[in-house]
Amino acid sequence: MAEIKIKNVAKNFASYQALNDINLTVSDQEFMVLLGASGCGKTTLLRIIAGLETATQGEVWINDRRVDHLPPKDRGIAMVFQNYAVFPHLTVFENIAFGLRMHKHPSAEITKRVHRTAELMHIEQLLKRYSGELSGGQRQRVAVARALAMEPDVILMDEPLSNLDALLRLEMRAELKGVLAESKTTAIYVTHDQVEAMSLADRISVMNQGRIVQASDPVDIYRNPAEKFVAGFIGNPPMNFLVADKQADGRWNVAGQSYDGPSCAENTLDFAIRPEDVVLAETGISAKVNVVEPLGVHLLVTCDVNGAQFRATLDSDANIGRGDTIALQPQLDRIRWFEPSNGMRQSLEKNDV
Amino acid sequence: MQARYLPYVLIAPVSVFLGLFFLYPFYLVAQTAFYDGAGWSLKNFQEVTSYWKFPISFKNTLWLAAVVVPIQLALALLMATMVNAMKKGRDLVLYIWTIPLGISDLAAGIIWLAIFEQSGFLNSMMHGLGFIDRPTALISYQNPTLIFVAIALAEIWRATAIMLVILVAGIGLIPREYYEAAQVFGAGRWKQFLRITLPLLRPSLSTALVLRVILAFEVFAVVQALGGTLFPVLMSETYAYQFELLNGSAAAAVALIILGISIASTIVILRVLRVPKGATI
Ligand SMILES: Nc1ncnc2c1ncn2[C@@H]1O[C@H](COP(=O)(O)OP(=O)(O)OP(=O)(O)O)[C@@H](O)[C@H]1O
Ligand SMILES: [Mg+2]
Repeated sequence: MAEIKIKNVAKNFASYQALNDINLTVSDQEFMVLLGASGCGKTTLLRIIAGLETATQGEVWINDRRVDHLPPKDRGIAMVFQNYAVFPHLTVFENIAFGLRMHKHPSAEITKRVHRTAELMHIEQLLKRYSGELSGGQRQRVAVARALAMEPDVILMDEPLSNLDALLRLEMRAELKGVLAESKTTAIYVTHDQVEAMSLADRISVMNQGRIVQASDPVDIYRNPAEKFVAGFIGNPPMNFLVADKQADGRWNVAGQSYDGPSCAENTLDFAIRPEDVVLAETGISAKVNVVEPLGVHLLVTCDVNGAQFRATLDSDANIGRGDTIALQPQLDRIRWFEPSNGMRQSLEKNDV
Repeated sequence: MQARYLPYVLIAPVSVFLGLFFLYPFYLVAQTAFYDGAGWSLKNFQEVTSYWKFPISFKNTLWLAAVVVPIQLALALLMATMVNAMKKGRDLVLYIWTIPLGISDLAAGIIWLAIFEQSGFLNSMMHGLGFIDRPTALISYQNPTLIFVAIALAEIWRATAIMLVILVAGIGLIPREYYEAAQVFGAGRWKQFLRITLPLLRPSLSTALVLRVILAFEVFAVVQALGGTLFPVLMSETYAYQFELLNGSAAAAVALIILGISIASTIVILRVLRVPKGATI
């Protein structure tokens, strides 16, 4: 049983504020993914939870125990470092066994666990090698195995699969999820790979410039981004945005078309729709096609709508060429609205979950 | 010029220098040591080793090294760890700690003699504080242990810093990430020192130890100043043969014996602190 609570954590490096009022609860056995662009503070947050960095302010609780004053070794965590930190003077076997030896496990038990985790990470044939004799991806898997072998209550993973090829990453991802679910481990997993985040996470925390912008389950994050930043960050390609002008209360003009929207004081809003939530129609938003990319399953069309870029994934049978002008109709219940001033989503009772 | 010749061209000056000023004199010394006037023999070695003073000077030299070097190693490691943990004033402390390095060994011996002499600081202090009735001769043939302790102290004071600077540089090279990983996986300070610092420091440790052990076998001036003839060591025997007994062959033989134990201990140190093949440190 391990629950992690982060309360009002902030971190300053000299004058630079790397983390800003972070509040996050990861419940027991939950798989939490931290997702965000490079430099947004993911590693810093993980290091604060591990005790390798001291928060400038705020509290970290693990299991109803405040741990801010505890050294890393007393926090009951294991960690996969972004730079691996595989010990160069120890063999792969001894690297994986390191934590177990520190915790004085009997040697038969150590051997058993090392072999089991090594097998899981497909590195059992490397056990006698030194880290200098491994490839980046192999070293990364040693780092993961070293953490898994601990069978900890909490595991912190900083981009643990970033250096693997696509196929191996897919396989490792599935195995990681299986193992951690089985061992009832609470996991915090850092990545900037959205697909990885979506597929692994019970919940995703999207971070931006030292803040947690939204923490929710993957589908909710995808469907109901809390901020324009999330909408523009999640999804490949991400959401389209168009300017909407107020026609009447609750009625908005978007590129010549009129849609029901929120009733609010603002005169303009950002209208947002995902590329796969529009269809080709007789009438609709008029778009001039700039690029057509046939992706097999569908056609990715990049258009120009009143000077704004607009992408649509259409049926691959659609007969569309560069320079065509097409009409697109959004699926009405998938339209989202954002306030231009602060990027917050404008709630619209009937869409809100 | 072709790239494959370049390394040889670059090491040529040093090689010539060493050949001229090290190998050639070494050859001469070896020749003197193994030549008995008629031909090659071990006569000189038999002569010096059967002399009554040889076992005792041999024993003294080894004992001194065996006591002084481990203490210096422990001290240097402790000091290096402390210096590396400092955030401010690190350089200043390092400068102060390395001051004895700038003092010649004879001067160091004399400084410590000034402490231990009958009219020295130690006696006056103990007398002044009333621990003793009157100053006594601490360094005398009745007090061999104290002579040993005085010499050992002087050596430790004088030559620990050379190990310190090597180890400080070595510890500074160990990336912090390994300590962080060790901490997360349950290592306290002591375990971090044993499992991370020591193994990753092996290259610096062997350099420092080889250097220090060789110098310990060559100890001379400090011993002369503090012990004089009361504490014979191999180097003082060499000196006595050469300049007092005017027996160059015997002096050369003792010098070669010192060289022999230096080489032997170097090999042992390098073996013990060997980094396993494949490990990149
Ligand atoms: N020790 C430090 N001193 C000063 N600034 C730091 C330090 N560590 C991190 N930072 C800054 O804090 C910010 C967040 O860094 P962090 O390593 O947490 O990013 P990240 O989200 O993990 O990025 P990435 O995905 O590239 O690993 C960065 O702007 C970085 O420059
Ligand atoms: Mg990072």
